[in-house]
Amino acid sequence: MSGIQLPEPNPAILAKRQAIAARLQEIVPGEGVITEEIELTPYETDGFTAYSRRPLLVVLPETTEQVAKVLAFLAQEQVPVVPRGAGTSLAGGAIPLEDAVVIGVARMRQVLAVNFANRTIKVQSGITNLMVSDAIAAEGFFYAPDPSSQLACTIAGNIAMNSGGAHCLKYGVTTNNLLGVKMVLLDGTIVEIGGAALDAPGYDLLGLICGSEGQLGIVTEATLRILPKAEGARPVLFGFPTSEEAGACVADIIAAGIVPVAMEFMDKPAIEICEAFAKAGYPLDCGAMLIVEVEGSDAEMAATLERIIAIAKRHAVSTVKESQSATETAQIWKGRKSAFGATGRIADYICMDGTIPTGQLPYVLKKMAEIIDGYGLRVANVFHAGDGNLHPLILYDVNDPVEREKAEQAGNDILTLCVEVGGCLTGEHGVGIEKRDLMRVQFNEEDLAQMIRVRTVFDPTGLLNPAKVWPFEPDAGRPGRAA
Amino acid sequence: MTMLVPHDETEAAALVQEAAARGDKLRIQGNGTRSSLVAQGTYDGVISAAAMAGVTLYEPAEMIIGAYAGTPVSVIEERLAQHGQALTFEPMDHRTLLGTEGEPTLGGLVAANVSGPKRILAGAARDNVVGVRFVNGRGEVIKNGGRVMKNVTGLDLVRLMCGSWGTLGLMTEITLKVLPKAPDALTLAWPSLADGRAIALLCQAMGTPFEVNGAAHLPGQGAAASTVIRLEGFPEQLDYRAGELAKILAEYGSPTRVSGDEHDVIWRAVRDVQALAEPVDRAIWKLSVPADQGAAVVAAIRAERAAEVIYDWSGGLVWLAADAADGDAGAAVIRRQAAAVGGHATLVRGSAELAARVPVFTPEPAPLKKLSQGIKQSFDPKGVFNAGVMAA
Repeated sequence: MSGIQLPEPNPAILAKRQAIAARLQEIVPGEGVITEEIELTPYETDGFTAYSRRPLLVVLPETTEQVAKVLAFLAQEQVPVVPRGAGTSLAGGAIPLEDAVVIGVARMRQVLAVNFANRTIKVQSGITNLMVSDAIAAEGFFYAPDPSSQLACTIAGNIAMNSGGAHCLKYGVTTNNLLGVKMVLLDGTIVEIGGAALDAPGYDLLGLICGSEGQLGIVTEATLRILPKAEGARPVLFGFPTSEEAGACVADIIAAGIVPVAMEFMDKPAIEICEAFAKAGYPLDCGAMLIVEVEGSDAEMAATLERIIAIAKRHAVSTVKESQSATETAQIWKGRKSAFGATGRIADYICMDGTIPTGQLPYVLKKMAEIIDGYGLRVANVFHAGDGNLHPLILYDVNDPVEREKAEQAGNDILTLCVEVGGCLTGEHGVGIEKRDLMRVQFNEEDLAQMIRVRTVFDPTGLLNPAKVWPFEPDAGRPGRAA
Repeated sequence: MTMLVPHDETEAAALVQEAAARGDKLRIQGNGTRSSLVAQGTYDGVISAAAMAGVTLYEPAEMIIGAYAGTPVSVIEERLAQHGQALTFEPMDHRTLLGTEGEPTLGGLVAANVSGPKRILAGAARDNVVGVRFVNGRGEVIKNGGRVMKNVTGLDLVRLMCGSWGTLGLMTEITLKVLPKAPDALTLAWPSLADGRAIALLCQAMGTPFEVNGAAHLPGQGAAASTVIRLEGFPEQLDYRAGELAKILAEYGSPTRVSGDEHDVIWRAVRDVQALAEPVDRAIWKLSVPADQGAAVVAAIRAERAAEVIYDWSGGLVWLAADAADGDAGAAVIRRQAAAVGGHATLVRGSAELAARVPVFTPEPAPLKKLSQGIKQSFDPKGVFNAGVMAA
């Protein structure tokens, strides 16, 4: 794709590459600095693979102090910095620039402390999301935010994007489960914000940092809320003739005072793609499917599911399939969580992430189909029905430049639609480079300027993760960079 | 002193622009029920959100409600109750503790990031606000967040506004996430436990899968102590969960089950800190500490001075009443001991003279103070709002 512009590299920085590498190697000895072209390749892009840039260098520190020295040095040299977790961003949040140094936290992955009485865990930020839950699983605890990439994605990346997941209807997103961070500011100052108590003094800097896409500093340690696992969890599959029926069923479940732990929607194309891949036992003869999961003891789950099934029956449900075993439960979730991967096997796709008021669902699905038809493309829809977070997967051929352009345009049209009905551009993936130039659809100039002024407090020269989040203005130099 | 009472955000923006141009200092308030210690300095005027009132959006099936900032909290709660829903975070009513009058407003609730016992499970106000509109100190109307639950578009100024005590802007409209009200509730109460044992019980209860959404210890102060945990859900669920919890916590003795009106009375007392309201001349401190350290912090403070307390949030919230007759009402001791376990303390009630002597809010370390001051500057460069509060 060529629609998204990235800044031209600064020749003065390219010219001093060797000197920068030498100084970084002094700070992070051993294998911590990557300079070889071939070894830089994996860092060229992230989960938004249509764009890539080879970074100047990659540095993988092992301690907060190393991160501090690296940042202080790069700030002094005015070298742009691109923070990176596991590089799973779907929005291009970790895509480097040719004159930027990537600072990766992947080598900092220790569990530092667990306190079950206070229900907290302190970790280094390069630990993966799933490793956090694994570390406490034996004692019956887990870490709630569960993005589909949880096997690979890091807590640092989760904090940067304020990641959610399928179960955040009940448990909230990262910002609701983060109690404290150790963070390095651009000038190398190490700060601690929050900790093991529920409140920190002063402004809610923790809330501000969450979702700031690596532009306020680099988080090296995090204190997270851990929760006791439910006694059991059981999903039920519902097949409906139409998406409208499925949407109305979701609304009625909530109106009945029931908030399931997850309510996931899939349309017919998504069902077919996921079933072909995961053999999850999804019904292929329906127009839309819901996975509704409840938690509790066997008796509690049975009682709640009985209520939910009664509601579904009022909405012409055609298939009702309650999970009968842990294996079936795993299969059902495997189908849903592999939606992106399974789709990737049959076509290239871009994954949208807009959120809409759930009441607008039937209208948005209809308009979205019109948009996609208009471009002669196909779409598969999976989304978090309880909270209105849509993930339309627009299918296209990456090797066909015309189709690529159309797919990108269709995505923009869909996100604009999301904002028009009262929603937003991104529910959990972040803005990155992908939605940067759509920010004016959602915000006016004063809204944007207020946010950018806050960013400038942390980073007056715009060196941290440049050319992301804010509308790109090539003539004005890099956004946030002072003249 | 002028009293500015704008009727909409356009008028509010114009008034703030004029104040900024004149160099005036304004104090922001709703109806002033929570702010007895905040913004006590000299101001040229007060700007109140009280005339901007009314629910602007309510979609029960989306679990979203929006209202102007001056809307009384009671109006919002009544509206939600009509549809069997409630504010998830059970906001405290400060009037009993502070002896204030008037109707608490939504804006005040959010500006002070108020929550209640349910915070232990459902988060604070800051976890449940999804969108704000406000007038910054430049007189610009700014929106952030929106009316959907999941939104990571741009920087999260919503959370920054929560708990900023009117220093960053005058909120005009707020949108919140709500939840269905549970059909039934039940409290388990254990009598006569010492503080340390009680906090251990509460922490253990929070580690069970039974979704305890209230965990408090009322030491009794002469009367019998009471340690209470609350369950909410469908009736058959409550019976089962209460039985399981009683088994798991058997070492603490046999709990009594409390329901109905008596149950509501207990949690209103915890939420509003009724036990410490009188005598009114005592200073009240709010300590936020790691839950398992609650009793230890209080013991350490008591080794140096007398204190009467109640514990909420499984021990993570300690309300502490201290004699205010001496110099700092315990500020130095309380803040040192709270900091020793990674917590902090805020002065919630005290005389104006006391608030002039000791900081109401915990002072921040230098690098964070610099960031906070920068943020204040980015919202309110001329310092129009709430001078002397937090970083302002």
